[in-house]
Amino acid sequence: MGHATKNILEIKDLNKMFGGLAAVRNVTADIKEGEILGMIGPNGAGKTTLFNLISGAYAPDSGSILFEGEHIEGKADYQISQRGICRTYQIVKPFNNLTVLENVLVGAFKKSGPMRLAKEFSLDLLNFIGLYEKRKHLASSLTLAEKKSLEVARALATQPKLILLDEVMAGLNPKEQSDSIKLIFEMNQKGITLLVIEHKMKIIMSISNRIMVLHYGEKIAEGSPEEVSGHPKVIEAYLGEKDSLA
Amino acid sequence: MGLENLNPLSRWKYGVSFLVMAIVVLWAPRLLSSYLLHVTILILFFAFLGNAWNIVGGYAGQFSFGHCAFFGVGAYVSSLLYIKAGISPWVGMIAGALLGAGLGGFIGYLTFRYKLKGAFFALATFAFSEMLRIITLNWDLTGKAMGILIPLKKLPSFRDFQFTDKLPYYYIILSMVILVLLISYWLDHSKLGYYLKAIREDEEASGSLGIHIVKYKIMAMLISCSLTAAGGVFYAQYMFYIDPDIAFSPDMTMEMVLRTMLGGVGTVFGPLIGSTVLESTSELMRTFLGGYKGLHIMVYGAILIVVMIFFPHGLMGLIRKGRR
Repeated sequence: MGHATKNILEIKDLNKMFGGLAAVRNVTADIKEGEILGMIGPNGAGKTTLFNLISGAYAPDSGSILFEGEHIEGKADYQISQRGICRTYQIVKPFNNLTVLENVLVGAFKKSGPMRLAKEFSLDLLNFIGLYEKRKHLASSLTLAEKKSLEVARALATQPKLILLDEVMAGLNPKEQSDSIKLIFEMNQKGITLLVIEHKMKIIMSISNRIMVLHYGEKIAEGSPEEVSGHPKVIEAYLGEKDSLA
Repeated sequence: MGLENLNPLSRWKYGVSFLVMAIVVLWAPRLLSSYLLHVTILILFFAFLGNAWNIVGGYAGQFSFGHCAFFGVGAYVSSLLYIKAGISPWVGMIAGALLGAGLGGFIGYLTFRYKLKGAFFALATFAFSEMLRIITLNWDLTGKAMGILIPLKKLPSFRDFQFTDKLPYYYIILSMVILVLLISYWLDHSKLGYYLKAIREDEEASGSLGIHIVKYKIMAMLISCSLTAAGGVFYAQYMFYIDPDIAFSPDMTMEMVLRTMLGGVGTVFGPLIGSTVLESTSELMRTFLGGYKGLHIMVYGAILIVVMIFFPHGLMGLIRKGRR
């Protein structure tokens, strides 16, 4: 951060319908290079759908997504990944019958070339993420928190410029959460831009440079954590969900 | 774990056991009776096919139930080239492998592009193999239901893939098994192999890591199907006969799948172990229970069921567990 920030991702008038339901409706948003952008919204607001549209799991019905100035909407997931966007999943998807190291290795091949280099790079990453000791364990034997870390490591192995984190804190205990927060800041310091979905308000308010709020597929607010939390529409959207504000 | 992790002493031990094994494998068959040699050849033959199937069915996790299609294509191509044009079956093996790869790539492209998975992929591949069975059953060129009888030459020759005793066939199939084991070992430790395993475990996550899923699945098909076709060529030359119900029978596919599953899907040595155990069991059952019609098949089936229930990861899974 610091120098004049340009947009790494520009979303314009994005729409995605599922049957008669508009999961994402006319969403326009920018992500600035080097920032941590939080994304919140009640359940079913379209957050994960937006992730799926950016990462190429779905093609949008209309609208555009520009990554570093180039259109990526409707491109295949592997193409988008190769350009430098990687993601984690709300419901973790580890390669269960591969070891922890092999999981990361799969992500590392694209950018780190031959086996020896890819292995070194993956081991460094496991060290960074705190899973080095478990490198020879099968992914299926990890705890939920470890599986979530593994997904982050695997995504980092592709050397992304933008990483999409889908509720990496859900189901973690306070100690694991604070580790996770530390990790987010460390990734950010390495120059990676982050788009983070998180339900825990306290956490998202403290880590994000900016926050955007989705509700019924539409963006209803955007701004600094203070601006967003005082926004009347946001309060309205969350009314009756007081416990998630706590 | 690779060999580089071994200390010099165990390296030496490995060297000696390798040497002993090589001598046994190369020399011992000379002592076997013609019947036992035939059984050994079948063990190796099905291990070869199992390993070939394993690349798509095990590593990539795409459960092909029509692999006899590629087996049959190999068998027919080399046999036809030999009887119609006098072309050596060795050349036929290359032609068969190429055609097998072509057909496999084509079927792979059609099915994977439309994201056929699991039972649907199995059914689609099965349908292709049935199509080929019906075509060969009705085509003059392939001799219809009569099949193709490969004429015996007066003198055995390497060029004609014809020998007076079984020993040369043993050495041929042994080389083929060694080749396919080397390919599997390489695959197990290569980027391609890891990609295939990742695709098997979770396609969505693989895609998000930059893996072009259709491309890598097709690559698995190309390798697997060309090898399977080469196996078909060996079979036709060993048996001197091929017909539609042998070449394109679901039984042949079942043999590849069962032996691999019993030994351990997605492992290098699983197919060989599974083939050894199943073939020996089947022959023993036939010897001791052959007097009671059908009983040996029932006992064979029961053993199979028990193994599948208690060792879902196959015998290799059991061996690995024992090591831990």
